[in-house]
Amino acid sequence: MSHIVLKLQQRARHLFFCLFCVLIALLCLFPFYWAIVSSLKSGADIFATDLVPKCITFQNYYTIFQDRTFSCALLNSTIVSFVTVCIALALAALASFALARISFRGRKRILIAILSVTMFPQVAVLSGMFELIRTLGLYNQRSALILSYMTVTVPFTAWTLTSFMREVPKELEEAAIIDGAGHFTILTKIFLPIVSPALVTTGLLAFVAAWNEFLFALTFTLTNEVRTVPVAIAMLSGASQHELPWGNIMAASVLVTLPLVALVLIFQRRIISGLTAGAVKG
Amino acid sequence: MTPCLFVLLSVAAWPLFRTFLFSLTDAQLGDIPHAQFVGFANFAELFADDNWWSAVKNTLLFATFSVPCEAILGLMIALVLHKTFMGRGLLRAAVLVPWAIPTIVSARMWSWMLHDVYGVINELLVWIGAIAAPLPWTAAPELSLITIVLVDVWKTTPFMALLLLAGLQALPQDCFEAALVDGVSRKRIFFRITLPLLRPTLIVALIFRTLDALRIFDLVYILSSGDADTDTMSVYARRHFVDYANVGHGSAAAVCLFFIVALVTVLYINIGRHNILGEV
Repeated sequence: MSHIVLKLQQRARHLFFCLFCVLIALLCLFPFYWAIVSSLKSGADIFATDLVPKCITFQNYYTIFQDRTFSCALLNSTIVSFVTVCIALALAALASFALARISFRGRKRILIAILSVTMFPQVAVLSGMFELIRTLGLYNQRSALILSYMTVTVPFTAWTLTSFMREVPKELEEAAIIDGAGHFTILTKIFLPIVSPALVTTGLLAFVAAWNEFLFALTFTLTNEVRTVPVAIAMLSGASQHELPWGNIMAASVLVTLPLVALVLIFQRRIISGLTAGAVKG
Repeated sequence: MTPCLFVLLSVAAWPLFRTFLFSLTDAQLGDIPHAQFVGFANFAELFADDNWWSAVKNTLLFATFSVPCEAILGLMIALVLHKTFMGRGLLRAAVLVPWAIPTIVSARMWSWMLHDVYGVINELLVWIGAIAAPLPWTAAPELSLITIVLVDVWKTTPFMALLLLAGLQALPQDCFEAALVDGVSRKRIFFRITLPLLRPTLIVALIFRTLDALRIFDLVYILSSGDADTDTMSVYARRHFVDYANVGHGSAAAVCLFFIVALVTVLYINIGRHNILGEV
């Protein structure tokens, strides 16, 4: 008798566990699914809450590409994020090598400073950055965004890369030193090849951060030609505040999210290791 | 090393220093060079402004509600993902999706789902009978804080879950095996072994999330009705800096936010120093 009860209990627990998993997946995916469905409806259909669209149209996608605002924004986001990532990685690779391997005075202090820069509120540099950008004559240009994104990406990439570089075995470096290699040779010939997966991971995370950045993009640009995607989506509006073109907004949202979701799913393991490298010491 | 430090100094330290200076002047957006030194007048004005205090209150409320929710839900998801079962990889991929969606986009998606007339969530809640009539989730100031917490929890719980999962996977297995052999109950294992061992990771995750929550900007900017009384500190500072063109006042607000964040950081780093810096 008790045997059967135990078995039933086990079954129930298993069922509960499965339901819980399904619930998690549903909660995570439904908003994105709903955005896709809404973007494929047109006209009055969008206001009906059908879970599956009655007829699929690409009208909304057609509309957002009709004026140049959105395609411009896509191009801007791509350029800005790409350049930001390249510069940030180059700077961070040099710095993190020094921080991980060369011992010098004040190293710990610099590490703490870098960590606190990743944490501090971006609003705190807003007015100073605005003045800097004005002085350099970069206001309302893509380079203004690249410059300001350094505040966000450089400390973060340096921090993450440092924790990856620490894991490279000391013996390799010692062998190289005995063979008479300098710091720079050690970095380019030994460290960078070894940590290249980490570079990809960190680069991806920095790319996502730059692609999603909103505060600086909103403040340092003025015209549609230089706006990035998040700002363009935030600015999409209809004739009045109360008639937002929801179909278009959803179409734009789906378009900018798809590449990111694809990237994340492809590099799933790497991204997880990158996200946790800076924080968890195993 | 040097180029990186130089860049950090010029894009982080220098603007921060200028912001501090601006907070002591009457600088206007169009005419920064002719700013006059006014001492602490901006701060006096700031502390007399009810909107500032409501922004402080909103930010703190937001942080105190969202961070614990994320920690608890994140821990639950991490525990589920820690088990081996069919479809675990798929579930982990699904959990990553909210993290990958840009904040602005997720804010827009949710404001569509929470739309007061056509929103799918209102429809669902009315249908199951939880509410009598559709609620204006984003338009009513007293609801928008709840909405913002909800969307933030949705968006950042995955990050929390993955951090905690990595922490769980790094735990020594032998304690758990020993406990199982001794026939310790699941509940006891969780509270007496898992939780204490996971504490360092949990603290680090909480630090990251709290500091992130204190500087929240984009969700509020999109999701709230645009009323001054739903502002958080970041939104308040930017509103004065850009919309009212009052650089001095905005900078003063930003400086206050900076000190609050710095205070929390110092507190936390002192608690969890070993966990963050590892074996520096």
